[in-house]
Parts: sequence; C-alpha cells; structure tokens
Amino acid sequence: MLIHRHVRSEPRSSEITPREVYLARRDFMRGGLALGAGLLLPGLAQARSGNGLSFSPGPFSTDEPKTPWEDVTTYNNFYELGTGKSDPSRNADMLRTEPWSVVVDGACANPGRYALEDFLKPWALEERIYRLRCVEGWSMVIPWVGFELNQVLQQAEPTGSARYVAFETILDPENLPGQRRPVLQWPYTEGLRLDEAMHPLTILAVGLYGEELPNQNGAPLRLVVPWKYGFKSIKSIVRISLAEEEPPTAWNQAQPNEYGFYSNVNPDVAHPRWSQRTERRIGEFRRRRTEMFNGYGDEVADLYAGMDLKKHF
Amino acid sequence: MVIRASPATRVRGVRRGARDQRWPRILWWAVLSAGLMPALWLGARTAGAFGGLGVNPIETLLTDSGTFSIIFLLLALSVTPLRRLTGLAPILRLRRMLGLLAFGYATAHFLIWLGVDLFFDWQLIIEDLTTRPFVMVGFAAWMILLLLAATSTRGAMTLLKRNWTRLHRLVYLAGILGVVHIVWLTRADYREASLYALALATLLAMRLFWALRTPRKIRGEPARNGAG
Repeated sequence: MLIHRHVRSEPRSSEITPREVYLARRDFMRGGLALGAGLLLPGLAQARSGNGLSFSPGPFSTDEPKTPWEDVTTYNNFYELGTGKSDPSRNADMLRTEPWSVVVDGACANPGRYALEDFLKPWALEERIYRLRCVEGWSMVIPWVGFELNQVLQQAEPTGSARYVAFETILDPENLPGQRRPVLQWPYTEGLRLDEAMHPLTILAVGLYGEELPNQNGAPLRLVVPWKYGFKSIKSIVRISLAEEEPPTAWNQAQPNEYGFYSNVNPDVAHPRWSQRTERRIGEFRRRRTEMFNGYGDEVADLYAGMDLKKHF
Repeated sequence: MVIRASPATRVRGVRRGARDQRWPRILWWAVLSAGLMPALWLGARTAGAFGGLGVNPIETLLTDSGTFSIIFLLLALSVTPLRRLTGLAPILRLRRMLGLLAFGYATAHFLIWLGVDLFFDWQLIIEDLTTRPFVMVGFAAWMILLLLAATSTRGAMTLLKRNWTRLHRLVYLAGILGVVHIVWLTRADYREASLYALALATLLAMRLFWALRTPRKIRGEPARNGAG
C-alpha cells in the first residue's frame, strides 16, 4: 500500500483474524442487535483501531463517543461511487488509488506535482476526533488521522494575492460510475477562504480509526473541515490550487440557493427545503440540537466577525 | 372479510360453475397478502432480521414506508386503466384494497415522522408543517388519503351517491402531491422521483384521453362538470 507507517512489531488486525471473517461476524451480530441493542455495545465496533498508521494524539479532539467503524464506512455520500448511502462501500473497488499524485498549483511560489508518498512524507500524522455534520441532518464522531493543511500551504508559499484555496477530486468516469451521469459537475470541486484553509482545525486526512482511509471515505487523501457541512470536506483529492478569486464549488454550482460557498453549520439558517435546527447523531434515537459552527465556534467564530452569515450561508 | 361480487358475477357464478368465481377471490387474497409483505418485512427488520434497518434506522423506516405508500397509490391508480385495456372486470375489486394499503403505508410514514423522527417535538413539527413545502404537500396528500379511506365503505358510497365518485377523484391530487413531495425532498439524483412522475403522468394521461373521447352523456355526468 501507499502509506507505510505500520509499526513492524505490532501484528496487523488482518494477521490475527482474517478481515472477512471478522467483519462477517460483526455483521451477523449487528443484524441481531439492530436498533437500540446495538447502542449498548459500542466497544465491539471500536475494537478495530490502531494497527494501520502510526500517529500521535492531536489537539481539538472531542471525547464524545465515536461512531462505530462500520457505520462510518458504510453510510457515505460519495456520488462518484453512487448516490445511495451504501453505494460507496459497495462500489469502493471502482476507485483506483494507485498510482496517485497530487498537484499543488495556482497563486504560489512553490508549485509541484507529487507522488502521494512524497506529498505525505514531510508530515507527522495526528489523530483528530471530530464531529461531522451532514447537510442532510445526520452527524457522526470520527477519529481521523491526518495533518494540518496549513503546513502544505506554507510549503507552497502562497503569493500575496492568494485569497482562496480550491480543491479537486479525481476525474475518472471510466471507472467511477457516478461520473458517467450528470448528477453534479465532474470533477467534484470545493473551496475555502485562505484563512479557513490555514486554520489549525482544517486537516487533510489519510486515515480513520488508525487505519488507511477506505475508498468510500475518500482515499487516499481528503479534506476535513469540521465546522462546515460534510460536503465541504472533499474526498480523493488530486489538486490543491491557491486562487485569487472565490473558486466554483460543486454543490453551489448545482443549487446556488441551497448550498453557499461558506456552508458553515448553522442551525439558524435553514436549507431552503428543510430545517437545520436538529440532527440525528448516528446511533442515537432522539434528534439533538445542532450547534453553531458544529460546536467549534470558540475556534472559528472570529473568522466570520462582521459577516452576515444569513447572507453568506 | 366478505368479498362482494358485482351482481353480474354473482349470477354467473351461481349457475355457470364456481370455478369462474373462484379466481377473482384467490387474486384478491393473493394481492392482499403481497400488499402486507412490505409491512411484515419492515417489522422484521425493525426487530433485527434481514440485516436490520442499517446505519440510520429511522431514516430507513421513514423512506421505506413512504416508498411503499407511493407504490401502492400508483398501483391503485393502475387498476381502472388496466381493466379498460384488458377487459378484466374482476380486478376492479382490487382498487379499494390497494388504495387502503397506500393509506396504511402513508399513515405509518406520517406517524414515524411525527413520533419517531421528530419524537413529538411540536415546535419542530409545526415549523416543518408551516414552512417546508415538501412537508406541507406530503401532509396534504395524507389528509386526502385519510378522507378517501374514511369514505371507502359501501355505506359511504350509498350515502354520497354520485358525489362519492367526485370526491374520490381527489385521489389524482393525492398522487400528484405525493410525487411532488418526493421530487422536493430529492437532493440531486432524480432517477427514482422521475420514475414515479412518469408512471403517474402516464396513468393520468390515459384517463384524460379516454375522458375526452367519451361523450359526456354516456358517462352520466352533467355537462357543466369538468372531466374527471
């Protein structure tokens, strides 16, 4: 695999119990314990961790109960692999992650095209346990493994006129079934203001639960911006561009009145068609109140001082 | 449950052999059993069988009950055109049952939304009902089905006479509102929604076509009334 950060002295989980057997057994148990009963046994699902990547604990992690690995990896929005929630995990093999290269370009003094290994080599990995709030009204708590995006951007040396960062997902309609239909404009694009991208909460993730990212979660490299709706956290990145103008973003292009450039989690600004006041945390029965900036207001509210967030939604 | 044969069938059945009368009855029971299968299947999954309800169980219950409701509504709306095309009169007896199944799944859908998804949070419920167009049209569709289900008895038919037919034409509106509900809650992939829309448009177009071709007198309608 591309990311060799496995500590040799430790056995991989796959050496202990064949992965299929162990997952099949878990599926069986989940089936039998569906709904409420499953909630009583979060420990089972979390047994899988810490064998793939080596990393240290990072700042900003929440101590809320983590959403089980199975849920994080089988309930996904990744339209390149299908629009149903279980399509991405079912079609995960269709995403080819080897070889993978990342282009850094645009308004910067030090652009480059990197093989993934070279792109990742300089950065120490950290675990960041973040809340993820989807614009559809559900949320998870996910232990990502990654590094702060600001390191990459600093290395690229943005020019004085760079104000935004644009991101692009792989374009491979031959292999990615979703890209053969015009559901969104392909390749998927996303963007951040430079100060948002430089914020220490913003990370590039290469793993979750201590293992390499599964394809359906955006392997091999994805953005995680925890105070924004999930679709801002673009998956399977092939290009990071410094930009002077606000870059086009996929959902904004599809429905400009529904998905703004900022798309900060905000319970007071409804999606035009549904409320954003509450969310269902996956694994919980009752909906919970959605928090401003997904609960990261102390860290990020300053970025938007003086802005009308109802207008810049 | 008593199966009411139309007078014509009853007369035929008595003399010309019970075999003729038996298959509509078998069909009726077969369709009813099939129509209750989705409910059993959802119930079993809720109890954990067949892999359970997945990662977001409440969302699954909500979407699946809604899906079955629109499917049975479209099936109920197919009965009349199908009879007209095939000449099989006995299938008309399936219409009320299919309509009631649509109402049943819609009621489950409504109650899951109210009592499980929003857990009787009246503030949220009222906000949704007053500000979210997709919720409003879905609620309106359910109200229509409720009215139609309440007047689906033989007694109501007798009581309302010719107005019963007029009242039950509201089912077309329920179908339209149901499809609009689905279109409006779709985020980007309209494949499923367009399938329902296409089916509904076809069923309504057939009726319109036949209505325009049939002189009003034959349909026994006063001339001032619009086509049904």
